[in-house]
Amino acid sequence: MPQTLAEQILSHAAGRSVQAGEVVTVRVDLAMIHDSLAPGIIRLLHEDLGAERVWDVDKVAVVIDHVAPAATVQTATHQANTRKWVREQNITHLFDVGRGISHQVLVEERLAQPGMIVAGSDSHSTGYGAVGAFGTGMGSTDMALILATGRTWMRVPETVRILARGQFRPGVSAKDLGLYAARVLRADGATYAAVEWHGVDFLSVGDRMTLATLSIEVGGKAGIVPPTGAPAADLRVPDWLRVEAGATYLRTVEVDLDTLEPQISMPPFVDNVADLRDVGKVAVDVVYLGTCTNGRYEDMAAAAQILRGRTIAKGTRMIVVPASSESLQQAAADGTLTTLLAAGATIGTPGCGACIGRHMGVLAPGEVCVFTGNRNFRGRMGSPDAQIYLTSPEVAAATALTGYITHPQDVMA
Amino acid sequence: MARIWKFGSDVNTDQIVPGRYAPYMLKNEDDLRKYPFVEARPDFAPNVQPGDIIVGGNNFGCGSSREYAPLALKLVGVGAIIAPLFARIFFRNALNLGIPLFTIDLTEQLQDGQQVQLDLATGVLTTDTGEQIQLPEPSLFMREVWQAGGIVPFYRQYGRFPGEVA
Ligand code: SF4
Repeated sequence: MPQTLAEQILSHAAGRSVQAGEVVTVRVDLAMIHDSLAPGIIRLLHEDLGAERVWDVDKVAVVIDHVAPAATVQTATHQANTRKWVREQNITHLFDVGRGISHQVLVEERLAQPGMIVAGSDSHSTGYGAVGAFGTGMGSTDMALILATGRTWMRVPETVRILARGQFRPGVSAKDLGLYAARVLRADGATYAAVEWHGVDFLSVGDRMTLATLSIEVGGKAGIVPPTGAPAADLRVPDWLRVEAGATYLRTVEVDLDTLEPQISMPPFVDNVADLRDVGKVAVDVVYLGTCTNGRYEDMAAAAQILRGRTIAKGTRMIVVPASSESLQQAAADGTLTTLLAAGATIGTPGCGACIGRHMGVLAPGEVCVFTGNRNFRGRMGSPDAQIYLTSPEVAAATALTGYITHPQDVMA
Repeated sequence: MARIWKFGSDVNTDQIVPGRYAPYMLKNEDDLRKYPFVEARPDFAPNVQPGDIIVGGNNFGCGSSREYAPLALKLVGVGAIIAPLFARIFFRNALNLGIPLFTIDLTEQLQDGQQVQLDLATGVLTTDTGEQIQLPEPSLFMREVWQAGGIVPFYRQYGRFPGEVA
């Protein structure tokens, strides 16, 4: 019987053919834990589970990205303890302050590969679907069990298929497709399901990560982009992994990219999405470009293209937090960074930045932020009385120029 | 008797425990019990009693993978959570912690503040008006985890995952 990508990957990991709905125990290929939850997971592993060592020192990645560099003595102490633990356990992969956001880094390091099961202590671990892996977020207990055993339990998910046709118009990008999918599916439209993104073979792996990370915002257990098309040419695709005609999908959402307009998600829910054109004049205090969803080189370059030779509006701040050191280096090397700085933006250490409201630009009560991230819940970036709008990097840059929410076409040359 | 605490749809983990009150931000991790719904519903934490039941709307627990959201609910002794649909990671985390979850929409039938009795063994919920509601039957997997008090004690006890042949 033809299988979805999720069914193929879980069948492979379970060692037998499995179907949507079954609960199976599978082996995990890569486990990621980050600074924010590592101390608790380590304690669970040793104290609650009584395990002494992680199951495989090469298959565990520890990333210090959530509050990096540390903002308080307490955080610094937790991070110091985590580094010490990594040394004691002899864990191969530690990515420390400034290397970047876990999901982006593990893809850049080629640790996440097509067909793998990657479990992370972070809900946006769906991002590993950018390379055709089954990436999924789990809580501390699950992660501790994985560190101890290399295995986890899972319900084989049904799959919701997004079927895109055509090409984006100028000023429209992967984020708009992702937000549009949230608009149609709503926050629970893919609960317990995997999301497969078809028709996006032309997108870079970075843009695929925009889609894969947004998959959790519709409830997805995983968000998988088939590892096909030119931008995926250097991924190691196992021969058993391919889109099979006749696989069963719970639902298919068709999207015509040729007519897709820039989308905007309005506070305080990600699925509260409208065409940007239909939002009135909203003055903006902060434009924040960053996160695992849209903080890569291509996102900075898209913003720089709009900001080149111009300056951002008086009274509006623009903060750029690159998703990784590689993205930052690339932006520095080709002048993208200079363009952003010359326009009046400032830059933070690669990592999560203020995405979870813990440092590096948290919002004050009443402030309005245009954010290229993935969540606009009340209090997400600081004060519960701040307003967060989610947009593409193109809309963010256009907004920085005028000081109010702006359609990229209105400022593009 | 247990009290019903009713919530709306799309209750997210930032509402259950905002990131600022994460255990690693607190002086004493036990303080976590002070913070469930600290901003979204400030009367909850000071008044909730062990065994009380949360009745939520659709997509309960959406948002981040933070396990301290269901952990905070477990610490204050929430006896069960009933909702038409749970967000996946929340469902996993709460199940792993041994909090009984029932997937059924009772938002119309039950009122906030109502007194009820829940018999976990039979899945029968009896209201103060004598009405009996049969909750959906939990899977063997879930019952095994509840009985052990969570997946960690289960694994320690049996050396396998629930439903797995050792
Ligand atoms: S950037 Fe934001 S969404 Fe992405 S991993 Fe970091 S905190 Fe999570």
